[in-house]
Amino acid sequence: MPSALVGSQLTIERGHRAVIRSLSFRAVAGEALVLTGPNGAGKTTLIRAIAGFLPLAAGVLKLEGGDDDRDLGEQCHYVGHANAVKANLTVHENLAFWAGYLGSDAASVPGALEAFSLTDLARAPAAMLSAGQRRRVGLARLLVARRSVWLLDEPTVSLDATSVRLLAEAVTRHCASGGIAVAATHLPLGLDNARELRLGDPSAEAA
Amino acid sequence: MAAFLVLIRRDLSLALREGSALGTALGFYLVVVALMPLGLGPDLKLLSRIAPGILWIALLLAALLSLPRIFEGDFEDGTLEAMALGPLPLELATAAKCLAHWISTGLPLALMAPALGLLLNLELVAYPVLLATLFSGTLAISFLGGIGAALTLKARRGGLLIALLVLPLYIPTLIYGIATIAAVVTPPGDPVASFMILTAISLASVALGPIAAAAAVRAQLG
Repeated sequence: MPSALVGSQLTIERGHRAVIRSLSFRAVAGEALVLTGPNGAGKTTLIRAIAGFLPLAAGVLKLEGGDDDRDLGEQCHYVGHANAVKANLTVHENLAFWAGYLGSDAASVPGALEAFSLTDLARAPAAMLSAGQRRRVGLARLLVARRSVWLLDEPTVSLDATSVRLLAEAVTRHCASGGIAVAATHLPLGLDNARELRLGDPSAEAA
Repeated sequence: MAAFLVLIRRDLSLALREGSALGTALGFYLVVVALMPLGLGPDLKLLSRIAPGILWIALLLAALLSLPRIFEGDFEDGTLEAMALGPLPLELATAAKCLAHWISTGLPLALMAPALGLLLNLELVAYPVLLATLFSGTLAISFLGGIGAALTLKARRGGLLIALLVLPLYIPTLIYGIATIAAVVTPPGDPVASFMILTAISLASVALGPIAAAAAVRAQLG
């Protein structure tokens, strides 16, 4: 089990402009790191860099105690602005695909459906779902395969209050079992074990 | 390996449910070939002489229409990002998607070609070799096409750009495909040698195309 996700002196550029400059942070196992900050502060940029989609201009990202044979990104779940839900597959088929693709067991699907109260919608084509329901299917992917780091970019978008609570419970359970979560959000998630990392403010640095 | 098969199965079932893509490609192929006799006149000798070339070129164009679908849907709904973090190397994921494109579009187009040969008075002896060259050549079409599809993911109106990027890559396949048929229809010539070169090009595309496509996908995700 990894013990901490550590970034030291990270500089990340987008279009030759440093969006994040010399940022250091440490997200320890069992804890959720909540990224806050105004629009354009670099929340998405940081999350995408952790996932490995963006190169680091400087600095080091490391998962302490992680699996050295696998990339950091391969030990992460990433839920971004898009849900990775196929409209022409049913809810169950969507999650069963991810279970198979991510090397997990299809037996994990019912539990994931349950956790986001999607069980009744399992046979519905994803095209029929509302935006919030699709979001929940996208989030249920977090639960079909076990991965130690969750990267959540604005996970609460289009979720109602009940669903936000379900998400908070899922994140809490993940952290309680030794997982790490990094979430960018404008709304409070209602997590107990969360620490805030405020971006876009040069003096802010969570150690 | 399990993930590879899971991905192919998903792409095929999606292609089956979004049947319009295949319908468009097959319909386009039919219409383009059917227009030829109307444009060229009812000269059966002329038609039968140019039939292999028309069948090949129209197939390239029909396949071109379907290429953006290889990655577009998965890019737009975020699936490609989640896939990039999967245990399967992105090179194999792109290979699976190109293979699914071949099965769902390349093969049906190749199978339709003999039927369209009837419209062009294709010589009887040319049917088996036409089918053989198209089976082999459509592999190159799908796997080289994947490169173009990946490169144009972020481009607006990428369909036109794909044509410019990919059609030149199809030139060797076209040349050796036609050369094989010509060697059978108008001897002398060595159809086996041409066919082996055609197949070598296809196999090289299968091996190298996904690597280039994966690099392009990575660049587009950044």
